[in-house]
Amino acid sequence: MSLQLKGVGKTIGADTHIFPTDLELEPGTFNTLLGTTLAGKTTLMQLMAGLEIPTQGEIWFDGKNVTGTAVQSRNVSMVYQQFINYPMLSVFENIASPLRVGRYPRQEIKRRVGEIAELLRISPMLNRKPSELSGGQQQRCAMARALVKESDLILLDEPLANLDFKLREELRDELPKLFAERECVVVYATTEPSEALLLGGQTAAMHEGRIVQFGVSSEIYETPNTLKSAQVFSEPPINLVNVVKRGTKIHLGEATKWTAPKGIPNFVDGEYIFAIRPHHVTPTRPSTTAAIIYGIVDVAELSGSESIIHFQAHDRPWISLSHGVHPFAAGTKAKLYADVVNGLYFTPNGQLVTS
Amino acid sequence: MKRYAWLIPTIYIIFLMLPIYWLVTMSFKTTNEILGSFTLFPQRFTLDNYRTIFTDPTWYWGYINSIIYVSLNTVISVAAALPAAYAFSRYRFLGDKHLFFWLLTNRMAPAAVFALPFFQLYSAIELFDTHIAVALAHTLFNIPLAVWILEGFMSGVPRQLDETAYVDGYSFPAFFTKIFIPTIGAGIGVAAFFCFMFSWVELLLAKTLTAVYAKPIAATMTKTASTSGYELGLLAAAGTLTIIPGAIVIWFVRNYIAKGFALGRV
Repeated sequence: MSLQLKGVGKTIGADTHIFPTDLELEPGTFNTLLGTTLAGKTTLMQLMAGLEIPTQGEIWFDGKNVTGTAVQSRNVSMVYQQFINYPMLSVFENIASPLRVGRYPRQEIKRRVGEIAELLRISPMLNRKPSELSGGQQQRCAMARALVKESDLILLDEPLANLDFKLREELRDELPKLFAERECVVVYATTEPSEALLLGGQTAAMHEGRIVQFGVSSEIYETPNTLKSAQVFSEPPINLVNVVKRGTKIHLGEATKWTAPKGIPNFVDGEYIFAIRPHHVTPTRPSTTAAIIYGIVDVAELSGSESIIHFQAHDRPWISLSHGVHPFAAGTKAKLYADVVNGLYFTPNGQLVTS
Repeated sequence: MKRYAWLIPTIYIIFLMLPIYWLVTMSFKTTNEILGSFTLFPQRFTLDNYRTIFTDPTWYWGYINSIIYVSLNTVISVAAALPAAYAFSRYRFLGDKHLFFWLLTNRMAPAAVFALPFFQLYSAIELFDTHIAVALAHTLFNIPLAVWILEGFMSGVPRQLDETAYVDGYSFPAFFTKIFIPTIGAGIGVAAFFCFMFSWVELLLAKTLTAVYAKPIAATMTKTASTSGYELGLLAAAGTLTIIPGAIVIWFVRNYIAKGFALGRV
């Protein structure tokens, strides 16, 4: 029951919301759409669900062309960021709603709703109205409704974004288990790279209506194939700086240089964009090969266990993320270390330099 | 200052309630007493005025006629406004904002403007002096109002609710009747209330378009006053009874109206 997008695109008026996209999602997989707001995640999900009709391309499901098929006959489920439940129905009726429409026998409905409510731990609330539940419980109710019918495709559009931190963690831990035994395609949209990594599975990094990279989440994180992909998959934003490769050395400005990675045949001399994630730029020296970066501190955010230092160096803003408390007054000079062996090199047009 | 905080509302309520109180006490007096002396309470308490209204067909049919066309109008207005408001709240189409505003401008023209053409047109298609004629005439200002109110409530319902219902398998008609209408029940209540009120108090069109069979109570009141002298007690009783339906409807929708105000559409 694989889902295939074949050159699917969506334009509304003069705006292109989704550029022609090819994507194949296998059954039983957990797929994350990762991108900032307005990257087109929701639109892409609506296209997958059949809530929007693509202006070009075809959507195939399980070997059948379903491009023109209405959402009602597609057997999909969807959970939204806002807690969407039918306000005038009880939690039980909310969860039972897709089964009622599908004309399941009464006993079957009761059994299934009971099971799914147990799984999502909302059994005691079945007789209440959604408005009488906490935010977390409301979202559990919405998820229960999405899971109660055996959908071929389950779409989760930032389902945890409106929950507070604790509830988010709790529900995020449960999520992969809920889908573990299902033979459906799960698509999960999020703006947070860490969520994509924690949930595992595969990630499609999206930027301005395009999927810039698709693959196993951790692999994309480690080797983003383009600069865009690296930017999408980094929070806080990845540090980017222009460097020049001359012989065996990488030169950053006049004073800073380090040894270039070896064994990459097409890594010829010239200009490159060096990308290094914030947690590889630290106030303490991580290794002897680390490059020293002198900067002027803009602001230091100390959150107890972590310090985020925003500073200016080499004519551009940098971010350093480190463990422990490292206070820096704004405007002072700071000496930081970039662990350059963990950096990535991109050509000026944004392609990763790989072996 | 705080000690006198009760003063202003009290004065306001007294000014507001005084005419209504006067109307109600007058309805329990004889016409002679009303004309003869100034009394705060009825000296000779009488239910004769009410007895007349409930036994004389020209009187009670006035009420029945009013209730018939007001109810018809409320049903037609809300039924027509529901799909219109849904379109305004969910779709973007050419000139939608202008059309939405234009709806409201219908309320700016006085009913007198329409009285003459309506009289001629309804007569031409033999709708003159029927309940449906008044009900249709009142939709002129009630449908725009209902659309305006319902659009506010509908826009308060996230679009994702529609999508969730489609994903669950509801067709559009099933979604609209089983999910959407119950969800905006409060809005329908408020819209129906305002349609009811405006149709109930509208006199000019109702009087112009009726003669005998569909004559509204307010018309009966004015006519009785002019033909059989000033039967003030009777008129007061009729007036009191005219307030009651509105009061009952307000009682039922009072909570919804607060919600309607909160949504900024009433």
